[in-house]
Amino acid sequence: MSTTRGFFRRRSGDDERLPPGQYLERGFPVLSAGPTPHTPLDQWDLSITGAISEERTWTWEQFLALPSEDFTVDIHCVTTWTKLDTEWTGVSIDTLLDGVELEGGYLTALCDGGYTTNLPVEDVTGGKAWVAYRYDGDELEPEHGGPARLLVPHLYFWKSAKWVRRLIFREDDEQGFWEQLGYHDRGDPWLEQRYQGD
Amino acid sequence: MTHLDGNAVAGDLAAIFTGDLSAAVATCAGCGATGPVANVMVYEGMGEVLRCPDCDEVLLRLMRAHGETRLDMRGIKLLRWGSAS
Repeated sequence: MSTTRGFFRRRSGDDERLPPGQYLERGFPVLSAGPTPHTPLDQWDLSITGAISEERTWTWEQFLALPSEDFTVDIHCVTTWTKLDTEWTGVSIDTLLDGVELEGGYLTALCDGGYTTNLPVEDVTGGKAWVAYRYDGDELEPEHGGPARLLVPHLYFWKSAKWVRRLIFREDDEQGFWEQLGYHDRGDPWLEQRYQGD
Repeated sequence: MTHLDGNAVAGDLAAIFTGDLSAAVATCAGCGATGPVANVMVYEGMGEVLRCPDCDEVLLRLMRAHGETRLDMRGIKLLRWGSAS
């Protein structure tokens, strides 16, 4: 973390964009539950599997050839920082699922290093989530989840799993790494859904 | 992200086990490596995650929420420490 909380003047309207209990962060803090993986791109692939009509896998080159989107979003970490207007490039989950029939209402994001998080399908479809591979005009750095991370900006940032490799669709919700320990299954920052029961 | 060593959680574990566990010896359920808790890798953020310095597997996870402490030790096959016999 390279900046100090409250050092910068807030712009008009910023407060309305801060969910309850959050503060405005100008830097980009790095939180990780383990070592940063460095998977070579020629060994990287992305798959959608599980309760879907057709499993699919993309190599890095195939993934980059998919239609991508540039998008600017606010991100909210459950450790109480919020960063506004972050700029990303990524492939919409809708694009990955184009033509695929879903047979379950949940998914698990599985990542290099073994991290997992669970999500309702409705939170990653309809233009609400991406697999992002560029941040602020550059390749996504490994410490921030590169080569590619899930981006679900309307939920707390632990749902935006770094180093994502598999989206496993499920009929039943299966708790991920932090959810097993008591973090919320959905994690809506505007409802302060930090822990189970919130 | 850089990690700390097991001394970083000595106080938290002492509160649970009512004693300093830094010198306790843990056996990893993943690879079987055995060594003092002081030597594990600790990642802090949403909670505290202790990992095996040999295989990176999670040994222990600790977090607090709603006035509760939650501890998952499934990655430790055996934890042993000195005590009065």
